[in-house]
Amino acid sequence: MKLITANFLTCAVKGCKTSPASFPLHFRDAELELQELEFQPEFICNIVPRINWDSFQAMANELGFPKILDKKPESDDLKDEKILRELHRLLLETQIIEGRLICGNCGHEYLIKEGIANFLLPSHLV
Amino acid sequence: MLPTPSTSHVTFDTIYEPSEDTYLFLDTLSSAPESAWLTQRFKTTASPLVVEIGTGSGVVLGFVAANSLEIFGRRDILPLGIDVNRNACTATRETVHQAIHDRQTETEAERQAQPNTVYLGSVVADLGSALRVGCVDVLLFNPPYVPSEELPRLPEVTDEETGLSRSERFERDSYLLSLTYAGGRDGMETTDRLLEAIPRLLDPGRGVAYVLFCAQNRPQEVKERIRAWGEGWRAESVGNSGVQAGWEKLVIVRIWRDSL
Repeated sequence: MKLITANFLTCAVKGCKTSPASFPLHFRDAELELQELEFQPEFICNIVPRINWDSFQAMANELGFPKILDKKPESDDLKDEKILRELHRLLLETQIIEGRLICGNCGHEYLIKEGIANFLLPSHLV
Repeated sequence: MLPTPSTSHVTFDTIYEPSEDTYLFLDTLSSAPESAWLTQRFKTTASPLVVEIGTGSGVVLGFVAANSLEIFGRRDILPLGIDVNRNACTATRETVHQAIHDRQTETEAERQAQPNTVYLGSVVADLGSALRVGCVDVLLFNPPYVPSEELPRLPEVTDEETGLSRSERFERDSYLLSLTYAGGRDGMETTDRLLEAIPRLLDPGRGVAYVLFCAQNRPQEVKERIRAWGEGWRAESVGNSGVQAGWEKLVIVRIWRDSL
């Protein structure tokens, strides 16, 4: 899965939906792969508004990437090719191949295998 | 007619094979009025998140991703696939990548004008349970709509599937396949669970869902029920597979909110 995908995912346990701690999920033991994609600056500009910036920074940090910007890039930052390229690499090219995603509220772990995260729950949590 | 994605790499032991309902989805979304409606709705928004629940082989999501320019008027959509069956997730990933590649390879000049669509990925989950509140712009659902005496049990996380005996494997495959069509009472038990989640899943302003129904699901009643949610909720049939004895066999209903 791409790092950007985690921007839209949360814990599948019903009781966690209302807890702010259930997003973002936390990466553990992540094995990363870089999948090269063509750099498309206007595409990055259009997806930036969809990114929950603080959570994205936290996830990138857990995966060992340095901080990019304190605040979500706006107007002038979005003309800065260096910033856009960095976002492109992180959001779209960075793939999490193996590892776990952990809910900060209930501690439940979701496995990522061959790039596909599994959010099915054991029967006692359904 | 826009091309249908290839599924030659898919084995259909546990995955629903594209059928009349699948093609109705493709025809409806790419019809002139529906594409115009979607293009208008997402003209000035940030990249729309397009989620299909129950992707199966990935034909519908692959079609939408590959033809995003024709359907949404833009290629920077974010397609995300969800299925309870891991095999379906793997198949979908391949189908969507291939469909985008086949449809969106062009000259440098064309690419400058329109970026290529990027597939976000496939996730194993029960319906929309793993999605953040209010993040979905477009939701696509071709449900298990066939009335059945019993609804298959809800899927749950299983241990590694290596080491299954032949009969265990057969049983598991039959179960996964039953999830693709068996809808329980009126064929509506799974769809009802999804409908209930729609107000939570969709973006409160621009979100829209497309759900397929067969005649036994009583789509007229379902539409009335959705309209009764109030708060501007609307439901209209936007595609059907033709009329048989006065009944539309399959219909696709668009569910959305008028801005208040």
